[in-house]
Amino acid sequence: MQGLKKSLLTAVWFMFLTFPIMVIRVNTIEKTIVWRWENLALVGISVFLLSYVWRFLMSRRERGNKQNAFATDDRAQAFRALIEDRRIRYSLIAAFAIFVGVFPFLFSMYQVNIMISALIYIMLGLGLNIVVGLAGLLDLGFVAFYAVGAYAYALLNLHFGLGFWAVLPMAAVLGAFVGILLGFPVLRLRGDYLAIVTLGFGEIIRLVLENWGTFTRGPSGISNIPRPDLFGLEFGLQGRIIYMYYVVLALVLFTIAVVTRLKYSRIGRAWMALREDEIACQAMGIDKTQTKLMAFSLGATWAAMAGVVFAAKTSFINPASFTFLESAMILSIVVLGGMGSTVGVILGALILILLPEYLRAFAEYRMIVFGAIMVLFMVFRPQGLIRDRRLKRRFHPAESSKGAEAVPTGEGMARGAGSHG
Amino acid sequence: MLKLIDVDAGYGPIPVLHAVNMEVGKGEIITLIGANGAGKTTTLMAVCGMVAPRKGDILLEGISICGIPANRLVELGISQVPEGRLIFPDLTVAENLDMGAFLRKDREGIHQDIEYVFDLFPILADRRHQPGGTLSGGEQQMLAISRAIMARPRLLLLDEPSLGLAPMIIRQIFDIIVKINRESGTTIFLVEQNANQALKIAHRGYVMENGVITLTDTAANLLDNEDVKKAYLGI
Repeated sequence: MQGLKKSLLTAVWFMFLTFPIMVIRVNTIEKTIVWRWENLALVGISVFLLSYVWRFLMSRRERGNKQNAFATDDRAQAFRALIEDRRIRYSLIAAFAIFVGVFPFLFSMYQVNIMISALIYIMLGLGLNIVVGLAGLLDLGFVAFYAVGAYAYALLNLHFGLGFWAVLPMAAVLGAFVGILLGFPVLRLRGDYLAIVTLGFGEIIRLVLENWGTFTRGPSGISNIPRPDLFGLEFGLQGRIIYMYYVVLALVLFTIAVVTRLKYSRIGRAWMALREDEIACQAMGIDKTQTKLMAFSLGATWAAMAGVVFAAKTSFINPASFTFLESAMILSIVVLGGMGSTVGVILGALILILLPEYLRAFAEYRMIVFGAIMVLFMVFRPQGLIRDRRLKRRFHPAESSKGAEAVPTGEGMARGAGSHG
Repeated sequence: MLKLIDVDAGYGPIPVLHAVNMEVGKGEIITLIGANGAGKTTTLMAVCGMVAPRKGDILLEGISICGIPANRLVELGISQVPEGRLIFPDLTVAENLDMGAFLRKDREGIHQDIEYVFDLFPILADRRHQPGGTLSGGEQQMLAISRAIMARPRLLLLDEPSLGLAPMIIRQIFDIIVKINRESGTTIFLVEQNANQALKIAHRGYVMENGVITLTDTAANLLDNEDVKKAYLGI
């Protein structure tokens, strides 16, 4: 009842506030005023409904935080148990792998093209995930490294005729190098300061590309960038897109493998430790600057490789492809997907890249819908789609023998409580 | 083993330490006691390279360690348990311990040390897969100490291990500190406000007031000293 009253009040307020723009319309030519009363009713009803739904969701969330924490955990646990059942898991993975494998033969070239973009963003997202998700360095200029990779391929191809496969490793090294170059002066900063400085660097790179006309051809960009070849084999138009799809897919799989290895390595844990406490890290003998630089340059490596793929896919690049909006997009992928979680980032990339494509039906409203979905997401699931659930470490071989006594956590808790008295 | 010679140190324009002289012998437990704001933590920070001394010198086995950054000092065998514990809340207990051995490459030795630590604090073995942030205060302190000894230090610096803990847990932790000192011969430099407990386990003690060392003696003598009794033991 209380909620109804509040929503009603909100609706009235909105009707009042939007009255001048929604209802009154001055026709300046005929000097008449048109009163559009139906709009007033429309605003009132929609605001009332929206506010009511919002309040309902918010209260459910509040309650969820307090009471249902265990209940949802149970549900998640049941789901997890299902996933962890070997047969179910393997068959799910197999089905997914087959789907991904035959994707280009099931769908039109248009769909395959979109999927290639999504895969490129998965690479970018996983790269930025190292920097933001694991090491906790907020980088708003990530697109700079993406541009470095793309331009490396375009220019090396233009001047020296180097092919895709030759440039890919070179761009990776170049990306790492630029990462170190940019990282060195800025990694003394933390948090917001780092974010602002990296934002500046991203813009500098873009402006250099735009204005150094003799080297980069300026805003008109570089065209006729060749697509990847396979030992000199030529494909038809369709064949080339399908081949491109498999190349990107292979690179994404490679990225996932490397990132997963990194995450569970000692250096991965050092990044997470650094994110949590720098002083304690130094007390452990972790070199702060070196560790941060490594995260920064590894992230840059991936961005540069994605850049090469991007240049090859579109066969035309110009500085307009590397604006701040791109950085923001990649960051959204990481945050929405769930910082630190590989699966989360993949899902995030798929949703954020595919959603606007399929929202085309809404035409000019699609960016509004897109924005609204993101806001709602961050309000109701701030930890991202998939919360980073880190594997229980098994780096202790002696554990398996002692495991029997250590594993049941309930017992451990009981003992813990006991020792406190 | 460790020697502070006329060390002056401070933060920005504010001087904290004035001509501090201290000496820590190999295998000793030394405690530095004093009131809030006396400069105890600053002394420790100067030793472990977090605060650069303005004057004077700090020697580790005769070699100056002034100006060496904190993370390099770990290689030289100085390991610290920072004030307020500062464990890594998102990493599990086992991972926290592994971070302590960050600079070590010998897997065998690390496993042995983890077993050793789990022997010292069996509760940590039970919780090895729990994130550090979910432990109680006492357990976190145990974890912080364990993490520091995972680096196999020759000199272990402890900053207020009793901070905010129940008396029973404090006693337990102090017993373990003595045990570490006896079993591995680790030299221990203990900074404490809880003078009573600290002096009971230490060999020698220093008393600090307003950035100056005012008194030094064996721990037993300090416990009997009338001034110390009045000022720090509340007797």
